Amino acid sequence: MTEIEYDRVPNVADESHGSELSARLRSLWESKPGVYGWFATVDHKTLGIRYIVTAFIFLGLGGIEALIMRIQLAQPNEHVLSPEQYNQLFTMHGITMILWYSLPILTGFSVYLQPLLLGCRDMALPRLNAFTYWVFLFSGIFLYASFLIGAAPDAGWFNYVPLASIEQNPGPNIDFYAMANIFLGISTTLGGINFIVTILRFRAPGMSINRLPIMSWGTLTISVASVLSIPAVSLAFFLLWMDRHFGTHFFDPATGGQPLLWQHLFWLWGHPWVYIIVLPALSMVSQALPVCCRRPLVAYSLVALATVLTMVLGFGVWLHHMFATGLPTMALALFSAVSILIAIPSAVSLFAWLATIWTGRPDFSTTFYFFAGFIVVFVIGGVSGFMTGSVPVDWQLTDTYFVVAHIHYVLIGWNLFAVLGALYHWFPKMSGRMLDEKLGKISFWFVFIGFNVGFFPMHITGLLGMPRRVYTYSADMGWSTLNLISSIGAFVLAIGLLITLFNIVRSRRLGQLAGPNPWDADTLEWSTTSPPPPYNFLVIPTVASRSPLWEDRLGEKRASTPERGFALDHGKETLGTTMLDAVPDVIVKMPEDSLAPLLLSLALAVLFTTMMLEAWWWLGASIVAILIITMVWLWPRRNLGEIEGSTS
Amino acid sequence: MSLVEETGRRALPVGSIGHHATGWWAMLSGIVTEGALFAYLLFSYYYIAAQPHGQPWPRELPSLLLALPNTIVLLVSSAAIWFGERGARRGNVTEELLGIAAAIILGLIFITVQFFEWHNKTFSIQSGTYGSLYFTITGFHMVHVAVGLLILLSIFIWCWRGYFGPHRHAYVSIGAIYWHFIDVIWLAVFFTFYITPYLMGRT
Repeated sequence: MTEIEYDRVPNVADESHGSELSARLRSLWESKPGVYGWFATVDHKTLGIRYIVTAFIFLGLGGIEALIMRIQLAQPNEHVLSPEQYNQLFTMHGITMILWYSLPILTGFSVYLQPLLLGCRDMALPRLNAFTYWVFLFSGIFLYASFLIGAAPDAGWFNYVPLASIEQNPGPNIDFYAMANIFLGISTTLGGINFIVTILRFRAPGMSINRLPIMSWGTLTISVASVLSIPAVSLAFFLLWMDRHFGTHFFDPATGGQPLLWQHLFWLWGHPWVYIIVLPALSMVSQALPVCCRRPLVAYSLVALATVLTMVLGFGVWLHHMFATGLPTMALALFSAVSILIAIPSAVSLFAWLATIWTGRPDFSTTFYFFAGFIVVFVIGGVSGFMTGSVPVDWQLTDTYFVVAHIHYVLIGWNLFAVLGALYHWFPKMSGRMLDEKLGKISFWFVFIGFNVGFFPMHITGLLGMPRRVYTYSADMGWSTLNLISSIGAFVLAIGLLITLFNIVRSRRLGQLAGPNPWDADTLEWSTTSPPPPYNFLVIPTVASRSPLWEDRLGEKRASTPERGFALDHGKETLGTTMLDAVPDVIVKMPEDSLAPLLLSLALAVLFTTMMLEAWWWLGASIVAILIITMVWLWPRRNLGEIEGSTS
Repeated sequence: MSLVEETGRRALPVGSIGHHATGWWAMLSGIVTEGALFAYLLFSYYYIAAQPHGQPWPRELPSLLLALPNTIVLLVSSAAIWFGERGARRGNVTEELLGIAAAIILGLIFITVQFFEWHNKTFSIQSGTYGSLYFTITGFHMVHVAVGLLILLSIFIWCWRGYFGPHRHAYVSIGAIYWHFIDVIWLAVFFTFYITPYLMGRT
C-alpha cells in the first residue's frame, strides 16, 4: 500500500505519454468482464446506455397500450376493450410515458454525455449513478407487476381523489401507482443531486459557468427543479396511501380534509415536471443543431437564461390545471397571466434556433430533419398551450381531446422528436458506428406524417366536444372520421419508430465506422475516441472557450488544450473544480465497481412490495437489510481518501 | 503560458477533504430536497387550516410543558455536534467523541420526550384531519431524527476506530450539517403546531 497523501501537484501529460498512460488508466477504470462486472459496473457510459435502452422499452410498452386504445377508438361502439380495461390502459399509458419514459430517456443521454461534455472521467457519485438506474428499472417492473394480477392503476395519471380513494377504488390498483411513484421518485431525486454536483464541481479547468455547454444548462436546471418538486408528489401519494389504509383524513371532506389538497400537491410537482421532461430535450437541440448548421448557437446567454427562466416560471403556473375547480377569480387571473408569460422565454429559444439555421449552412442530415420537424411541432404545441392558458378558453376545452392533442404535441413533439434527432447525432459516439442516413430519413417522414395525422385531428375532435378518457362513442356524434384518421396516424408513427429501431440494430454491426468526430463538432465529447475509453479522456482537458474544438476557425487564439493536461493516474481519479470559475480545486478519488447499489435497490424493491402486502415483519427485515447495505456502502475507505493516517 | 501551467503548479488536496468533498455537496443538495419535503408538509397544514373545514381544530391551546424544554434539548444537541466537529477539525479525538456522544444522548432524550408528548394528546391520527396532520408531520420529523441518530452513531463508531483527524473529517461535517438541518426543521414544525395557535389568539 502506498503512503497516504493529503495533497499533490498533479503531473501534466500529453499524447506523447499515450500508450503507457492509457494502459495504466484502462487497468484502473475498466469494469471486470463477466457477470460481476455487468452487475457491479459504475461506468456512466454503460449506465447511460442502459437508461436509454430501458426507457425505449417503456416507450414501446406505452406505445402498444396507445395502439390498442386507438384500435378501440377507430370506430364508434367498438368492443375490443371493456370500460375497465380501457381505464387501466389509458392510465398506464400516461404513467408510463410521462414518468418511465420521458425523463429517463433524457437522463440516459445526460448520464452518458455530461461527463464527456464537461471533461471529467465519470459522474460525481458513480455508485449513486448505478443505484438510480437500478431503482428506475425495479420501480418500472413493480408498476407493471400490476398487470399480472389484472389490477393496474385506473384513475388516470393524475389520480384525483375521491376517485382514487379506498371507497371508490378498493382494489390494489391505486396502491401500485402510489408505491411505484414514490419508488421512482427516489431515483429521480438522487439522480438530480448527482447531476447538480457533477455539473457544478466536475467541469474541466477553465470551463467557467458562462462556458458551460448549453446541454448542461438544461440538465442542471431541471435537476434543481426535480430536487425541489418531487417531494410534493411523493408526499401526495404517501398521504393518499395513509388515507387508504390507516384511516387518516387528508383528502376526505367529511372530517375536515380537502380533495383539492391532492390537486395542489400533485400539480405543484406536475407542472414543473412538464418542463423537467422537455427542457433537457430542448437543450439537446440547442447543443446539436448548431453543429448541423456549422456555426455556434446564436444568443447562447439568452438561451441559457431562457432555460432557467422557463423553469422558474414553471413553478408558478400549477393552478392552470385547476381552472375548472372553482378557485377565486384573482388566482385565476394571476396564474393565467404567468401561463401566458411563459411563452416569452420559449420564443427566445425558438428564435435563437431559427437564427442559427438562417445564418448557418445547414447540413441536411437526419438529425437536422428531426430538429426541423421538432421546431414545427414546438410551435403548434406552444400555441395550443397558449390558448388553454387563457381561462375562458380552458373552461371550454378542459377534459376534451383538445387537451389530449396539446399534451401530445408537447410531449412527443418537444421530447421524442428532439430525442430522435439526438439519437442520430450521438449514436456514433456511443457505438463507434454511424446510423444509416437513408433509413433515418424514411423513418423521419413516417414519424412526422404519422404524428401530425394522428394528433392534429384531435384538436378538432376536442373542439367538437369529445371528452377525453371515454372508452367509446356513438356514431351520431360526428367524431367517427376524425377518430379513424387519428388511429391510422398512430400506426404510421409506430412504423416510423420501428424503422429507427431496425436502423439501430443493423448499424450497431454494419454501420460505417464513425471515428472520433464524424460531425466535425465543437465540444469535448468529440475530442475522444468513439466509443470513448473507460476513462473518457487520457488527460483532463483544459478549456478556454465554449467551442474548444472550433477555436482555430472561429478566428480565436487556440487556447483550449484537449490533448494536454493533468494525467491523474495515481488510482481512479478525476479533477474537482470550483463552482463558478472552474479553477482546479481537488483531486477526487473515485470508487471502483460495487454490488452495493444493486443490492440496495433490491432491498428497496422488497420494502415497497412488503408495504403493498402490508407484511410488517418483512418490512422490518427489509429496513434492517437497507441499513446494513448502506453502512457497508458508506464505510470510510482508505483508497477513497476518507481515512486519516499513513499506514495501511 | 497555457492554462495547464498556470493552474498546474499548485498542490491540490487529494480525496475527501472538508468542503472539497463530493459528499459535502451531495448532502447540501439532499438537504434542499428534504427541506422542500417539509415545506410541502407544512403547506398541507396551512392550506387545510385556512380553508373552511367541517370539523373544528382542537379547542384548547397546545401545552408547551414538554414541547418547549424538548425544543431546547434539540437546540443544545446542535451545539454539542458543533463542538464535536470542532474537535475533529483540531484533531482532538476526545472532544470529537464527547461532542458526538452528547448529541446522540440529547437526540435520544428528544425522541423519548416526544413519545410522551404524543401519548398525552387527546386526539389520534385517525380522529380527524388535525390529528392526521399533527401526527404525520411530527412523525416525519421523528423519522428524520432517527435517521440522524443512526448517522451520528456511525460517525461515533468510525471516530472511535480512529478514522478521522485534522485532514480527514468530511464525514463528521456531513453528519453535523444534517443534524443542524433536522433542528432547524423542528423549529418550523414547533412554530407551526405550538406557537401559531397562541398568535392566532384562539381560546
